[in-house]
Amino acid sequence: MTTFLGMPHGTGNLAGGPFPREARKALADDQLRANLGRATATIRAKRAVAVGELPDWEELRAGGAALKDATLARLDEHLLRLEAAVTAAGGVVHWARDAEEANAVVTRLVQAAGADEVVKVKSMVTQEIGLNEALAAAGIAAWETDLAELIVQLGHDKPSHILVPAIHKNRSEIRDIFVREIPSAPRDLIDDPALLAALARAHLREKFLSARVAVSGANFAVAETGTLCVVESEGNGRMCLTLPEVLITVMGIEKLVPTWQDLEVFLQTLPRSSTGERMNPYTSMWTGVTPGDGPQEFHLVLLDNGRTATLADPDGRAALRCIRCSACLNVCPVYERTGGHAYGSVYPGPIGAVLSPQLTGVEDNRTLPFASTLCGACYDVCPVAIDIPTMLVHLRQQVPPPAAERLAMTAIASVMRSPRRYRAALWLGRFLPRRLPPPLSRWTRSRALPQAPRQSFRAWWVRR
Amino acid sequence: MRVALFVTCLVDGLRPEVGKATVALLERLGVPVEVPLAQSCCGQMHTNSGYADLARPLADAFADAFVGYDYVVSPSGSCAAAVRHQHPRLTDKRVPPVLELSEFLVDVLSREDVGARYPHRVTYHPTCHSLRMLRVGDRPLRLLRHVRELELVALPDADTCCGFGGTFALKNVDVSEAMLADKAAAVLSTGAEVCSAGDTSCLLHIGGGLTKQGTGVRAVHLAEILAST
Amino acid sequence: MSARDDVLARVRAAQSGAVVEVPRDYRTAGSVDPEVLAERLTDYRAVVHRCAEREVPELLRRLLTGRVVVPEGFPAHWLVSLTAEVLRDPLSPRELDAVDGVVTTCAVAVCETGTIVLDAGPGMGRRVLSLVPDRHVVVVLPGDVVGSVPEALARLEATRPLTWISGPSATSDIELQRVEGVHGPRALEVVLVSA
Repeated sequence: MTTFLGMPHGTGNLAGGPFPREARKALADDQLRANLGRATATIRAKRAVAVGELPDWEELRAGGAALKDATLARLDEHLLRLEAAVTAAGGVVHWARDAEEANAVVTRLVQAAGADEVVKVKSMVTQEIGLNEALAAAGIAAWETDLAELIVQLGHDKPSHILVPAIHKNRSEIRDIFVREIPSAPRDLIDDPALLAALARAHLREKFLSARVAVSGANFAVAETGTLCVVESEGNGRMCLTLPEVLITVMGIEKLVPTWQDLEVFLQTLPRSSTGERMNPYTSMWTGVTPGDGPQEFHLVLLDNGRTATLADPDGRAALRCIRCSACLNVCPVYERTGGHAYGSVYPGPIGAVLSPQLTGVEDNRTLPFASTLCGACYDVCPVAIDIPTMLVHLRQQVPPPAAERLAMTAIASVMRSPRRYRAALWLGRFLPRRLPPPLSRWTRSRALPQAPRQSFRAWWVRR
Repeated sequence: MRVALFVTCLVDGLRPEVGKATVALLERLGVPVEVPLAQSCCGQMHTNSGYADLARPLADAFADAFVGYDYVVSPSGSCAAAVRHQHPRLTDKRVPPVLELSEFLVDVLSREDVGARYPHRVTYHPTCHSLRMLRVGDRPLRLLRHVRELELVALPDADTCCGFGGTFALKNVDVSEAMLADKAAAVLSTGAEVCSAGDTSCLLHIGGGLTKQGTGVRAVHLAEILAST
Repeated sequence: MSARDDVLARVRAAQSGAVVEVPRDYRTAGSVDPEVLAERLTDYRAVVHRCAEREVPELLRRLLTGRVVVPEGFPAHWLVSLTAEVLRDPLSPRELDAVDGVVTTCAVAVCETGTIVLDAGPGMGRRVLSLVPDRHVVVVLPGDVVGSVPEALARLEATRPLTWISGPSATSDIELQRVEGVHGPRALEVVLVSA
């Protein structure tokens, strides 16, 4: 489905069932709610401390937002610069219009390397496009190496958070998955996080030492120098980016920054916003190919998949500033109670509610813009100052409303506009029933109605 | 100084005592208010639900109703926020400064002690529009601290949204109820007799929940407490 | 029309083309304070040793035991007391997996965040050398230390293979509890040489 200006929308794991229905299911899962409540409360506190340490947090936010806007305003120039710099450094740049094309490019590259398996690191975008499934269809096994992605993969599950994809699982559930799916796991494995991590380390070590092809995402790409940047904690990124012969990086076209020095903003705001640390354990940066060090073949796949459609909307394009820190998820009272699966997209939570509908087109994601009370907590914590509440209202404007709802809204507006009808409506407030008919009965399911007033305020005012 | 009261449709029709209290309070402080009867609704429900076209005439009507005043005061953080942040995009008509009650009392009248007495244990919920759009900060708490015999107890997780969210309360009723349950539990944990806030919409939601649970905790608007003597 | 042409055409049609002013009111320099660097490294579970330069050989003798990888260009005068067996590149990943540790210099160290950056230069070697062994000892000279992240970027050469290290490997994926030692070296020891 195309938009005006001919910018097709994205496909892939970006939409699911209606949010109210999926949320209802998630709310009934006490384990999920307990896991999420505990996890998000912990990280909220850590983030607050880490951000509170910086006297220039607001200045970094303003700088970061403007840097991203500046990049997006002249994205073609920056993309061309990036392409030239990566090519000059010995890398190969590929372009993909959509998920299908990106999957085809990656599959072709893996086959050309003569490999039937790849190790993967840090890539929500490959979840977005469904790369693993596409590779599997071509007989290529994809091994996730991020601990959380490994847990999701072994659990035959889907990620539920941008940064901590297995946040919906607690240690016992993870222990059960490992015992079931990892051959070397001892039967009596206890659910101690350190032991679970050690098991993952041993299990993946073999893969790292023997894999010939790695697929990664990227947090940032520097247009000026052609440098790519992966921000991580565990070291699997370093493993995937250093050991194999061939490295394929898939990246959304919005992930650029103009110059090398511009990283100074995001390297400060990303770790503090995401894991609540001054700096994450490992950040790797590489440019093209370095003879004798790391992969000797490097491919960068630049992905559109709905990003140009998002870019075309002056009121929506700020969503592309997102640096995938997940601070908004961790502070959202809706996400905290429903988890990520309810959103039906690999990008859930507040940013997901504005980005997913723009990538797919609002017609294919009608309920996400309404999955919010507009409380604004997300906007407060966003390191690139994306005004998510205003953007949600903007997207709601684009969702075709149910006929009955439009009728009701029109009637109410008509009452508000006419002093005579308004006075009449206020007078009717005296007859407020104890119960309401559906769908208004949803109100009285858990809330008592107020006592009907004897007279409206203005009736009292004119008589005093 | 000519001050007009924007009483809001919810207060006008369902909670007139909040409007009466606001009038009584301001008059006691020496500020006679006028109530232009052409006023009705700020249109936030329409704007927030994607019906900007229906909200536009309401924004125009608002501007027309309040022409000529020095200040417009409203006992609603969300309505003041709607006028200040949403109306400029809906209409070119200008309005006088529109202030939520605590902003008017503290910033314009320079009062934190309004001569009130309210001998009850009270906990205060800072509503999202007041907290994040208007950034009223601790003005309401400073006002409450000067109320004689009022025992103010801090609300745990105060900054978390109550779950009303306008049409969200109906469109996403399950999540709304889950958020309400947590907010009600937080209120109950304080042992307060009264939960107060500066927004009638949130109070109807929280108060409605507390009443439905049979807790005996009342939801009372900030204006009603400050007007009490 | 190729994918490249198509995507670029879409980008050109969609973007605003505006020149956006970027406010740079954030700090671009921080104070150089070895105490802060030591404290922040320790905060993220690196083990910090402080000594004068003449004490480095003896300290390394104590820290490096068994079979140790030493990159080309690592100062020879710091190795004079070493009793460990020194291994030099080229080494395969499996050979690296079997050593007891690696010692390197660094390109820059950042006080504010407790970060050490390697740039694969002399004394550091190619990236795999400091990745696979389970123990990584880094020697930091006073001249390597800067206050802030912006200063670190200004010092570094963008196109070199860079590794920013802030503590040993860790994950927070299990209930958001930070657990050490997943895939990178489980032990990071930093020798801070005093001025």
